[in-house]
Amino acid sequence: MVGLALKGVGAKYGKHTVLSDVDTDVLNGGVMTAVIGPNAAGKSTLFKRIAGLAPGPGTVVLSDTLKGPETICYMPQDTGANAVLTVYESVLLASKQGSSWKVRDSELLEIDRILQALRIDDLAFRGLGELSGGQRQLVSIAQALVRKPEILLMDEPTSALDLFRQIEVLGFMRSLAAKSGMSVLIALHDLNHALRYCSNTIVIARGAMVASGPTDDVITDSMLRDIYRVEARVEMCSHGKPVVIVDHSIL
Amino acid sequence: MALAAEQLETTTGRVQYRALAFRRIVLICGMVVALFLSVSIDMALGPANYTLSEVLTSLFSSGTVSDQLRVVIWDIRMPIALMAITVGASLSVAGAQMQTILANPLASPFTLGISAAAGFGAALGLVGGVALFPAAVQFMIPINAFLMAMAAALFIHFASTMRGVTVETIVLLGIALVFTFNALLSLLEYLASEQALAAVVFWTMGSLTKATWPKVWITGAVLIFAVPLFARQAWALTALRLGEDKAASLGINVRRLRLHTMMTVSLLAAIPVSFVGTIGFVGLVGPHIARMLVGEDQRFFLPASVLCGALLLSATSVVSKTIIPGAILPIGVITALVGVPFFFILIFTNRRRAW
Ligand SMILES: Nc1ncnc2c1ncn2[C@@H]1O[C@H](COP(=O)(O)OP(=O)(O)OP(=O)(O)O)[C@@H](O)[C@H]1O
Ligand SMILES: [Mg+2]
Repeated sequence: MVGLALKGVGAKYGKHTVLSDVDTDVLNGGVMTAVIGPNAAGKSTLFKRIAGLAPGPGTVVLSDTLKGPETICYMPQDTGANAVLTVYESVLLASKQGSSWKVRDSELLEIDRILQALRIDDLAFRGLGELSGGQRQLVSIAQALVRKPEILLMDEPTSALDLFRQIEVLGFMRSLAAKSGMSVLIALHDLNHALRYCSNTIVIARGAMVASGPTDDVITDSMLRDIYRVEARVEMCSHGKPVVIVDHSIL
Repeated sequence: MALAAEQLETTTGRVQYRALAFRRIVLICGMVVALFLSVSIDMALGPANYTLSEVLTSLFSSGTVSDQLRVVIWDIRMPIALMAITVGASLSVAGAQMQTILANPLASPFTLGISAAAGFGAALGLVGGVALFPAAVQFMIPINAFLMAMAAALFIHFASTMRGVTVETIVLLGIALVFTFNALLSLLEYLASEQALAAVVFWTMGSLTKATWPKVWITGAVLIFAVPLFARQAWALTALRLGEDKAASLGINVRRLRLHTMMTVSLLAAIPVSFVGTIGFVGLVGPHIARMLVGEDQRFFLPASVLCGALLLSATSVVSKTIIPGAILPIGVITALVGVPFFFILIFTNRRRAW
């Protein structure tokens, strides 16, 4: 089982510190961890820092069983690209980085499998520039999955998806994590998704970690008031699952 | 039955991809054949016209043809024909990689000011007799042109190493260079004697007629040095076109890849322009044609760019000899006239987005 822990992790752009002192217990593989917080809180920055794409203090402790830092995969937030490539090629590209020109059948079959799992196999030979926003996001997820990461950092992977796709992708990711033991960190704005799919939650606000722990403990009425500035209730639905019901914003 | 159907289902993407790759390989092979034909025709044309079979015989069994034919083909026409393809290929690949690393469809040796700088360097020698490298005065013009082109390229290179300089800024800087060097060139032209002025104008039009074997070797050597470097980075360069963040997330050191590529591209662009003058069009349009034909996977895009540039200039060389019988029109002028209609046809018939 893989896992990672953050010890005093911070990040800066140039001289500007935008994130500091993120500490977590070991985030185990096999489950999903939500990273939540308002806009500009530092969620994306945290992911870039963990993936080694942004400098900063602190350490990202990886479990010994991890094959190496290259098995951390970061899926960026924006996915716009105007390259003259088909969807299929762009996914192949993600899987082939650093390896030879030759493409093996097994690699292609893997791509087919992933495109089918995300139900975008019908888009395989469409140009990247001809996709809708949600389709682009699904391609981006495929590009991340094809790299078979052990730690996957997904930055708002469902922000452009319709309800069906959101549920499907998150459900798929959760079962994939359970099956492969992969550790998935996922930045979300929909707190109901966090409650439903993520065992643990990290809350980031104004460049610092505010809370981390089991999702049910972290997402509370008071947290929603303090961090999100909304009057809201976390209540049990008729199926006995916690849901966030928002009443109004606090000005 | 159900299993077979499922298996078929799971292989369609793979099969389609293999077919796509195969089509591209066929296309690239077709371009190689076309290039060979074009070069042969290029060598057959001239003050004395030969037949294609005469050219081919003197190429493959030069012992069996007359001395005169052999000299004309091997010593006069072949350097020019090969210069056309090495220059075309170099400028096209340089343009392709500039467009790739700067994420800008307008990037090319011409639009980034490298050709304009070379033109100014040449004019310095032609008008003022100024040798930027006094140790080799007999090669003053190409050396001046090369040094200025390299200076412009290095300026762009170092500008792009500075923090906070985005790819958009680099393209703007390049365009500023074009204006600067063109202004300086105009100034020199204004001051020049009539004879020097004619020489400058001729130089800036671009011409292959001064091609010699050493020039062919040098241009070819740079190309042979550069293309494998790009080939090794094929996946990374392709990924750059998915955007900087995406490329970085795939484990690519974007900054380093950009700088290394820019360095190689500088050399690739500066050498040809210093030998043959301003041939702007190939570096801009060669890569676009290649992109429309095979897409942007560098495993296909790179060879296709090489071949498109080579083919474009070689075909132009043929046309420049045939428009007015007996006269060889400046190739820099004809390239655009040959390339533009072809380019337009591709743009208007291509339903896929080309950039
Ligand atoms: N490249 C950059 N250079 C300078 N500052 C940046 C850069 N990227 C982000 N920032 C700043 O860092 C802070 C955190 O940004 P970040 O992208 O991590 O927010 P986020 O939590 O992901 O927000 P969102 O929910 O809107 O995606 C913001 O104040 C932002 O303005
Ligand atoms: Mg973000």
